[in-house]
Amino acid sequence: MKRLGLLFLAAVVVIGAGVAIFLFKPASLPDVSEAAAKLPTGQALIDRGEYLTRAADCVACHTTAGGKPYAGGLAFKLPFGIIYSPNITADKETGIGNWTDAEFVRALHQGIDKAGQNLYPAFSYAAYAQMTTEDALAIKAYLFSLPPISAEAPKNELGFPFNQRYVMRFWNLLFVPGPLQPDPKQSEEWNRGAYLVEAMAHCGECHTPRNLMFAVNNGKKFAGAELQGWKAYNISSDKQTGIGSWTDQQLFDYLSKGHAEGRGSATGSMGEAVDFSLRHLTPEDVKAIVTYVKSVPPQTSADKAIVEAEPATLTASTAYAPAANAATQDSLGLKIFQGACASCHGWNGEGLQTPYASLKGSRTVNDPDGTNLIQVILKGAHMTTQQGRQSMPGFANAYSDVEIAALSNYVLGHFGGKQSAITPDNVANARKQ
Amino acid sequence: MSKPSSSPSPKTGTSRRAFLQGGGLILGFALFGVGTTPVLAASTALPVDGDVTAAFSPDAYIRIGTDGQITLILPNIEMGQGTHTGEATLIAEELEVGLDQVKAVDAPPNDKLYATAALGGQATGGSTSMRATWEPLRKAGATARMMLVAAAAAEWSVPVTECVAKLGIVTHQPTGRQLAYGALADAAAKQPVPTEVKLKDQKDFQLIGKSSRRLDTPGKVNGAVKYGIDIRVPDMKVATVAACPVFGGKLQDVDDKAARAIAGVRDIVKLDNAVAVIGDHFWAAKKGLEALNITWNEGANAKLDSSNIMAALKAASERKKPIMARQEGDVEAKMKAAAKKVEATYELPFLAHAPMEPINCVVHVRSDECEIWVGTQVPAIAQGVAAQVTGYPLEKVILHNQLIGGGFGRRLVAESVAQAVAIAKQVSYPVKVIWTREEDIQHDLYRPAYYDRISAGLGEDGLPTVWVDHVAGGSVLGNYIPSGWPEDKLDDDAVEGAAKPPYDLPVIHVDWVREDPPVPITWWRGVGPTHNVFVVESFMDELAHAAGKDPVEYRRALTKNQPRVAGVLELVAEKSGWGTPLAAGMGRGISLHDAFGSFMAAVLEISVSPAGEITLHRAVVAVDCGVTINPNTVEAQIEGGLIFGLSAALYSGITFSEGRVDQSNFHDYRILRNNEAPKIEIHHVKSTESPGGIGETATVSAAPALGNAIFSATGKRLRTLPFNRDELKTGGTEKKSVSMIPPLTAPLLAALATTKAEEPSETASEEL
Amino acid sequence: MIALNINGEDRNVDVPEDMPLLWVLRDVIGLTGTKFGCGIAQCGACTVQLDGRPVRSCVLPAASVGSRKITTIEAVSATPSGKKIQDAWLNLEVVQCGYCQSGQIMSASALLDRNPDPTDRDIDAAMSGNICRCGTYPRIRAAIKQAAKA
Repeated sequence: MKRLGLLFLAAVVVIGAGVAIFLFKPASLPDVSEAAAKLPTGQALIDRGEYLTRAADCVACHTTAGGKPYAGGLAFKLPFGIIYSPNITADKETGIGNWTDAEFVRALHQGIDKAGQNLYPAFSYAAYAQMTTEDALAIKAYLFSLPPISAEAPKNELGFPFNQRYVMRFWNLLFVPGPLQPDPKQSEEWNRGAYLVEAMAHCGECHTPRNLMFAVNNGKKFAGAELQGWKAYNISSDKQTGIGSWTDQQLFDYLSKGHAEGRGSATGSMGEAVDFSLRHLTPEDVKAIVTYVKSVPPQTSADKAIVEAEPATLTASTAYAPAANAATQDSLGLKIFQGACASCHGWNGEGLQTPYASLKGSRTVNDPDGTNLIQVILKGAHMTTQQGRQSMPGFANAYSDVEIAALSNYVLGHFGGKQSAITPDNVANARKQ
Repeated sequence: MSKPSSSPSPKTGTSRRAFLQGGGLILGFALFGVGTTPVLAASTALPVDGDVTAAFSPDAYIRIGTDGQITLILPNIEMGQGTHTGEATLIAEELEVGLDQVKAVDAPPNDKLYATAALGGQATGGSTSMRATWEPLRKAGATARMMLVAAAAAEWSVPVTECVAKLGIVTHQPTGRQLAYGALADAAAKQPVPTEVKLKDQKDFQLIGKSSRRLDTPGKVNGAVKYGIDIRVPDMKVATVAACPVFGGKLQDVDDKAARAIAGVRDIVKLDNAVAVIGDHFWAAKKGLEALNITWNEGANAKLDSSNIMAALKAASERKKPIMARQEGDVEAKMKAAAKKVEATYELPFLAHAPMEPINCVVHVRSDECEIWVGTQVPAIAQGVAAQVTGYPLEKVILHNQLIGGGFGRRLVAESVAQAVAIAKQVSYPVKVIWTREEDIQHDLYRPAYYDRISAGLGEDGLPTVWVDHVAGGSVLGNYIPSGWPEDKLDDDAVEGAAKPPYDLPVIHVDWVREDPPVPITWWRGVGPTHNVFVVESFMDELAHAAGKDPVEYRRALTKNQPRVAGVLELVAEKSGWGTPLAAGMGRGISLHDAFGSFMAAVLEISVSPAGEITLHRAVVAVDCGVTINPNTVEAQIEGGLIFGLSAALYSGITFSEGRVDQSNFHDYRILRNNEAPKIEIHHVKSTESPGGIGETATVSAAPALGNAIFSATGKRLRTLPFNRDELKTGGTEKKSVSMIPPLTAPLLAALATTKAEEPSETASEEL
Repeated sequence: MIALNINGEDRNVDVPEDMPLLWVLRDVIGLTGTKFGCGIAQCGACTVQLDGRPVRSCVLPAASVGSRKITTIEAVSATPSGKKIQDAWLNLEVVQCGYCQSGQIMSASALLDRNPDPTDRDIDAAMSGNICRCGTYPRIRAAIKQAAKA
């Protein structure tokens, strides 16, 4: 027995030492010279980097509202604390100005910072790990071509054990893939789309549900998820709950313009993704994304955001008035809609001054949970378009929870034909996000 | 016969002289000095320019051309309140012309000549216009008529007593001979100016007391009239401006590379605390402004927050030595002896004016003079600040006042004119500066916030035996007068409506603690009374409730010696059906006050839903504003004033975080909309007293009537404006909140989170 | 160059593609009856009619107007209900400062064009997007009803 005990102890020590080495041994740096040799130099490199930086949508996370691009500081309110995105301008003190190429590539591929410390996967390195080293270097070249900005990001607010960065090594072992390998059975366009979606645009970071360990669960790829108070809808090819019934043109328009006829407009994080990233891509790249996304197997989600394109409430309305016999005639929601909303959206769902205000067919007005609807009403939306900046103001400051709940229920009923039961508490919770 | 019309000073009119050139009869009147002495009668171009002639000090002019055109040059500005029509009515009544025979124009700036006594400068505000001009303008009209009649009598060689004037024609009654005013104008100018002028008996009024058509409206329904913002002068460019978002901050640096690349952007102009982009049109300017990369030096207010301001007010109210406004009787003894003591604290927010016409000003600074086109309530002040900024003498600053698309006090200050001149000074061409709505909301001069502690002791009969009101807030006057206001001197505005409540309160103490906020403040529609009457009338309701009395009954008992106050109280009680039963969830609130020389009682009927939402159903207003010059205008001002006040009471409040104003446009500085407005009924108390002001009176009634109605409907007393509707929730079904995190991970994460974080996420814990 | 038909007249304007119709009308064409109030379609002061339908010109890119006919306050009297609305506005003395009234009249006459006998609810739906700071709402409502009977 005693020997068994000793043996066990020895095993524990050995395993413990192994784990300790795994956790605490200094991270090694990749050799990036081969990739660097393949890249163009000068402006051509910076131009390529700019395109890729946009495709990877770095600016969305590394910029605060109204802040300087790439200067970081955006707060990520996670269930276990708050993480702030770092400054990724070339500032030597507060940014990444002292980082070597290898250190930058290691960060993108392995989630490890210059000092060898693990980063948190709020930084989507699990996606960027699939990026080629060449592309990673081009991104760095672009970032370093911009003027450095001195801006210290706030300290993360994480409690134990989440503030123990080495724990992430286990996580990385489990969830961080290697470079994306082309699928020879698929077309070149599909493979390009796969690369853009998986390694660059990191769609799955939002649209794929996460598992218990907060890693994307690719068994439910693109089945939709919720984060930061917004729903990232199901974008698998499921016809009811996904994008299976969207035409290629609708997907193309939505991704490249933020609006598709009969599908409404992108708002929230998706609006930002279009504004900062997708609308800057070449039509070929957007088409490749469409091709790839449409090939993702259908996932039926529990989400009830099933679009009813032409509910009776809509077809009976004109742009300027709901049907005379509408059931919601005296509702608070209608009253608010009349005053603050109708001037742009109209009652027939088509939008009055701009198609960007059209609500018909939008999942946001068809989701009985009203998750995104409440957020858009609270925070507003904006999109850069061919004809200038289109925007909707946020109504959080002057409208009460009761009013916004009533308005949400009215909008869901009128534009989506949905029975909903948004409560003032729902709105109060949404405000906290 | 000319069409009725009202217009701002004509574009070509560069000076008073230009107004007065040409033939016919011209009469100038000193309205606000001692008596109403006509000082000028001339049939030819004036020998002197009024600007530099101390001997003449006319405030208003009547000009009758030989073509029969009658022009009234009026001292007060038309900004929707109907002043032009009202003032024209006074002149026309005695001049014996119809309102459709006259044209009203604004007087050009001259502080000496057009000073409104009540405001101490040429200004239109404080509901003073009709009060100040009631006698003088009628005398002016009568004087002109007497001279015209005298001219006709001389022409016919008949006694003056045989001649009568009517609708612009003098008739010799025995013979029926007639001469029109135009034909008499030259001759009338040579008549001696009468020294004794007898005014009509009120029963003989033809125009006063009738709802005449307004002079200024026809051009307002077809887009023809020009407001300041509509002015276009040759070679003009358009600018828009961004001032430092933190009050008191300065411009540190601006990178304008991207802005200059925008098509149509002409110039970028830096000021000490702002930067402006000038473009071919507003759109270019706005896009240019958005493209600027501005660095501000935010200064001392960078961390300013509304909660600090209110805390400072509260501390000042409790600790600072107050300035006495009124003290009568032995307050302490009465308070000790009181059967019951009631006390309460009221908080009022900063308010923006948000007139529909955004701030704008057209300026052309030439090498030797400065020409300005702007709608302002204070033309002389505007002229003064422009002289200061340009360094030009006053007479080299030519100001054309324009119709105003809403003032409400915002255009009683001219700081935006100074800014526009400073911008225009840096370029050679004329510039129209237009503020965006965001700039307007975030760079207003606000109605100050207040923190008032009020208390009363009640006698055995439940009526107050002692009344104590401690007002705390900034001094509007102190911020308005360039030289400031002595720290230890009472600013009457701060206690107007509090110092003399319209009740029999023999033992009273009212004082004021001055605590100027670190942001600019100024007058706002209803001025002092809008703030104080809310406190007084809400508290009066609290007392009635404490005494177990009906609010109208309670006020009745306290207005036995205030006949005009009691008059409106009785009328409103009767007309509103006070005391008749209301459906569940409904409430009725009353407000009673006198301000601006008028007396008003208002009853508001509302309902409050279980969710706390307020619906305004009906307002009944009784008013005694003395002689009513134009009942329709009075009613329009009451309707509009009430809605203006209700809008503020329900929705308005300017707040600050991180030194910046949180609100920016109508989506978050909310204005009452058409589908929210109550039905409004107005009832007049017939009166022969001199007219009272009416432009602000009903604004004063709004918040207290609403607060009292809320109490009547819900039993909840809201003492902070704007009313927080969340406090009125009485129930309704509440669904459990939805999770904001992935459902599977929630239990795990929540369990982990609760072990660490002090505050478990609400959504997560509900999932457990 | 953008081709526009304004109050029956064909105009070509050389303006940026994203320039809202409001500023084309005011700053380029010189039709200043249409007013700037908020710039975000919350107040309605900038309302004009496109083929008889009310739109907020402050957020309407001029380039998106196309062949639709623009009617502004200056020409509203020629529309089916425009004159009736203007007359009712004067009869009932709706106007105070008047700044929002161009927009109110454009909204109201378009309402009457499509609905000759509007109910209070119809008026709520059509007119609540137009803010009036002077508070002329009760008279606007009354004047629309009067115009409907005219």
